Amino acid sequence: MKQRMRIAGKLRPALLALSALATLAGCGRGQLQPAGPVSAAERTLLLDSTVIMLAIIIPVIMATIAFAWWYRASNRRARRDPDFVYSGRIELLVWSIPTLVIIFLGGIAWISSYDLDPAKPLPSKAQPLTVEVVSLDWKWLFIYPDQGIASVNRLVVPAGVPLHLLLTSATVWNAFWVPQLGSMLYCMNGMVTTLNLEASRPGVYYGESAMISGDGFASMHFDTDAVPADQFNSWIAATRTAGPVLDMHSYRGLLEPTASVKPYTYRSVQPDFFRTVVRETLPNAAAQSGELLAPHPVS
Amino acid sequence: MTLLGKLSWQALPLNEPLPLFSGVAVFLIVIALIAWLGIKGYLPYLWREWITSVDHKRIGVMYCLLAWVMLLRGFIDAIMMRAQQAVAFRAPGFLPPSHFDQVFSAHGTIMIFFVAMPFVIGLMNLIVPLQLGVRDVAFPTLNSVSFWLTCAGALLVNISLVVGEFSRTGWLPFPPLAELKFSPGVGVDYYCWAIQISGIGTLMTGINFVTTILKLRAPGMHYTRMPMFCWTALASNLLIIAAFPVLTATLAMLLLDRYLGFHFFTNSGGGNSMLFMNLIWAWGHPEVYLLVLPAFGIYSEVVSTFSSKPLFGYRSMVYATMAICLISFMVWLHHFFTMGAGADVNAFFGIMSMIIAVPTGVKIFNWLFTMYGGTVRFASPLLWSLGFIVSFAIGGMTGVMLAIPPADFQLHNSLFLVAHFHNVIIAGVLFGAFAGYTYWFPKAFGFKLDERLGKWAFWLWVIGFWVAWGPGYVVGLEGMTRRLQHYDVAAWHPWLIVAAGGVAIIAAGVAVQIAQLVVSIRTRERRRDITGDPWDGRNLEWATASPPPSFNFAVLPNVTDQEPYWDMKTRARESGHLATPEPHYEPIPMPRNSPTGFVTAFFAVLTGFALIWHIWWIVLIGLTGAYANFVLFAWRDHDEVLIPAGEVARLDRANRAARTAALERATA
Amino acid sequence: MSAPSTALRTGKDPYHLGHAPSSGTPEFTGHGAGGPAPKPIVVGYGFWLFILSDVVLFASFFAAYAVLVYARAGGPGPRDLFDLRTTEIETACLLLSSFTCGLASMAVGRRSLLWTEIALAVTGLLGATFIGIEIHEFARLVAADDGPSRSAFLTAFFTLVGCHGLHVTCGLLWLATMMAQLRAKGFTPSVRHRYLCYSLFWHALDIVWIGIFSGVYIIGVLMQ
Repeated sequence: MKQRMRIAGKLRPALLALSALATLAGCGRGQLQPAGPVSAAERTLLLDSTVIMLAIIIPVIMATIAFAWWYRASNRRARRDPDFVYSGRIELLVWSIPTLVIIFLGGIAWISSYDLDPAKPLPSKAQPLTVEVVSLDWKWLFIYPDQGIASVNRLVVPAGVPLHLLLTSATVWNAFWVPQLGSMLYCMNGMVTTLNLEASRPGVYYGESAMISGDGFASMHFDTDAVPADQFNSWIAATRTAGPVLDMHSYRGLLEPTASVKPYTYRSVQPDFFRTVVRETLPNAAAQSGELLAPHPVS
Repeated sequence: MTLLGKLSWQALPLNEPLPLFSGVAVFLIVIALIAWLGIKGYLPYLWREWITSVDHKRIGVMYCLLAWVMLLRGFIDAIMMRAQQAVAFRAPGFLPPSHFDQVFSAHGTIMIFFVAMPFVIGLMNLIVPLQLGVRDVAFPTLNSVSFWLTCAGALLVNISLVVGEFSRTGWLPFPPLAELKFSPGVGVDYYCWAIQISGIGTLMTGINFVTTILKLRAPGMHYTRMPMFCWTALASNLLIIAAFPVLTATLAMLLLDRYLGFHFFTNSGGGNSMLFMNLIWAWGHPEVYLLVLPAFGIYSEVVSTFSSKPLFGYRSMVYATMAICLISFMVWLHHFFTMGAGADVNAFFGIMSMIIAVPTGVKIFNWLFTMYGGTVRFASPLLWSLGFIVSFAIGGMTGVMLAIPPADFQLHNSLFLVAHFHNVIIAGVLFGAFAGYTYWFPKAFGFKLDERLGKWAFWLWVIGFWVAWGPGYVVGLEGMTRRLQHYDVAAWHPWLIVAAGGVAIIAAGVAVQIAQLVVSIRTRERRRDITGDPWDGRNLEWATASPPPSFNFAVLPNVTDQEPYWDMKTRARESGHLATPEPHYEPIPMPRNSPTGFVTAFFAVLTGFALIWHIWWIVLIGLTGAYANFVLFAWRDHDEVLIPAGEVARLDRANRAARTAALERATA
Repeated sequence: MSAPSTALRTGKDPYHLGHAPSSGTPEFTGHGAGGPAPKPIVVGYGFWLFILSDVVLFASFFAAYAVLVYARAGGPGPRDLFDLRTTEIETACLLLSSFTCGLASMAVGRRSLLWTEIALAVTGLLGATFIGIEIHEFARLVAADDGPSRSAFLTAFFTLVGCHGLHVTCGLLWLATMMAQLRAKGFTPSVRHRYLCYSLFWHALDIVWIGIFSGVYIIGVLMQ
């Protein structure tokens, strides 16, 4: 009875995990409900790798419980072999099984690292939309350079159009993350990182910062509004009619630390604004940096 | 520049009830404890036998005690975090961001540096010299310095609760957030100096143990005859020597930025914050293997003892251990796949990270086959080991998932990641520490812990762990990032409440462990370890009395095979008398106790505190005092105490008599 | 700490490597199975490990320097700042001091207090000259507004070279203490072990300087 209780107890964690996974199917606004090609591919990766590894893990867990229980001291039927300390065959097995699995998963990791490199443009018939993203304390600034407008704490994008995101930070590191659309990427001051995503279908997708950036960090939630293309164009047009202008002067206001900022828009943006922000060092900083440190060049 | 630098009355949390009350409470408890000890007359004993001790066994016990006390402190932080996240759904909760950020930063810092490290170092201190069949480590006084410097770091972190504030950057101070511009307070300085000070202690431990394991072993103990725990201790300490200087250098660079306006990692002047990421994780990843390898060694000892069978595949375990040691230096970039290094770099490090799963898997299989064909006894150390294997398998699996860069792009910094590392650290390191604690407690103190309470503690911990962190995996996959002081996603709320419930179950487990200790001490005569071998052990630590005399062995054992003690016992059981005849007793020189460690730490705390608050004249006094202390220690003429042959004989004969009696009872 | 086994004293292990067979075991294979090694070996080995850890420390600063060497913030680079002549004098001082430290080791071997103290004094003087030149160079740079807070390159330079200088300064303090202790106690075993550690330290600093001299100064004036 005690032994059976032990086994039940050992199985409990596995059961908990499996039932948790089961409840995830279909509901929620996370990585398992992809709304774009990148997140869809990443979900496939997650599930496939889980299944492959469970094929090893579950037998290991079962064997642990089985061996411990069968060879318990009180089991008369068990054959004891206290000199069984080496077996070439078992050695071969225990080294080769993990190696083969890792070779397989390693291949998957290699191929997918290239396929899903954030800087890699997404294959599409549609012309990509460039959005420049600046993380501030503690809000997000989204600049649409080709449309000449900007938005704070709300990212409106056309569905079915690849997004070419250029990320930087005004201050400390943040990480741009919309789980339903896919990969996150760091935003770092003085540097530009490139992220390609796409929302396949219209919807409102939860976005956040995934890197602690100070006291207002938890308020950096923003919504990504994917809308049909014509709705996007009319949003652009409407934005151009009202709202403040984004230039270096109003940018100073943005640099003030504020949190839980209600979304609003700028009706026009100073030309080459993003490049200026990237090159901008902090106020009161020592010598201005002459170089642009960029993992990927600003196009 | 004022006499007290930046220090003023504002440093005290006079209008913050939580830190104020807890600070006052702790202060009163400490004063009361010291007063009680003084009244009872224990203080001279404590000073003579423990505080100034250079005996590896005493130092090991003190390390474990530090770990336990800090576990309670770090666990209270955990309770606050889980409670905050359980209630802060569309609500501010009870911890404002400035406090919440300090709580999670302190939680991580304390758990890694002042719980996990001291616990494994303490167990290595207690057992490695015994298993190697020698009298002490290579540098006993240095050992004491290491311990007290670790305490100094822990003290500084705890002082920050009441005087000033702690870091708000998380357990690793990433710039630019950790730079002076964005963290102008003393918090990051507290963190940096505490870690620098304890880091010196840890580095000394690394040097001490590698020298001990490679240069001080009993006659006949070839490398291939060393117990598995000593092999993992060797790997772990090699990691310390190779990795900790990187931490020292990196934090020094951050301190230079903060104190002298340097530009290592600043946003301006050409500083490069990505440099910090690379350096700190070049230390950070070996650090976690440093923690888990001794735990693996403990599992090897425990599984083998409680299966009444030698460890299966000893050689491949050694190869696997050293492979893990080496590869752990080649994977650091997996902590920042999302920094945008490109597919080549990410793919390389991803694959290297997966490769570590191979030797780890080999170890798990070898433990399973150790049980196979054995006679398994379900004592609580073995329960901890079984709970480890089952839970760690899942934790390792999630680790391999995280090692796939595009998967990591969706999991980095999420609760999935946090669940993964809690999975491997709690189920890996902490369960191992608890297994070692229970297993070696009778060796240290001469009586076993209460088994029934021990089993209760295990079940509460393992169930509590999964109730607390199973939801972590779930909300992580629902897009929840870490370190959120509040959130507005309804789907996360129920899981976070469950997680808080899990913490409550773990709290019950901790309470049972405290009760276990109290009850076991009260009723210790019932579980007295008379022979020194309460578990039918296999390695040399069980050849000594419990607790061992200060000199460990009257005569160093002659080792002719693996599992030398099992060898001796088998011969004894076959012949009906003890395997070795009574030796010729000689006086044994042992290192003299010294207050050097304690005094060094005193000056370290003084200097660290003064550096944090910019009180430069005290810094000068502290450094001068520390140097004077070294010189005084170096000047002493008598560094050894000779234990008379008669004393050696008396202690050894008593143990031999007890063992002979037990042998006669067994063979009768 | 047990005394070395009797086998070592019977002359079978003239260099006290601790690999000799002890009471009864038939063979020794160099795998350290001869029992605990003697104290000089243990002390030397442990200190050697410390030096290796110190090398890792310097490696981290070297790595930071390599990353930051081009981050000039519009300021001067190595070519503009380094005067190789001064560096040559510094290097000569340090290398010579290593030589005199070696002489001191020989004098310790001969148990000659006079020559040990003389050699150590010369070592100290040469080391102090090195530090003096280095401080002068740093002061010159700071006065010209090219101090460590000017740019990341200068930060990395000052820190790497300064870390080495700090080690040398601590070495000088240690040297003075050793000279005093030799006079006070003579050539006791623990003083000799301590001296062994000191000389290892001093020579290691010399090796690190060669790295700095080549990697920072020489390559610096050659690079853009």
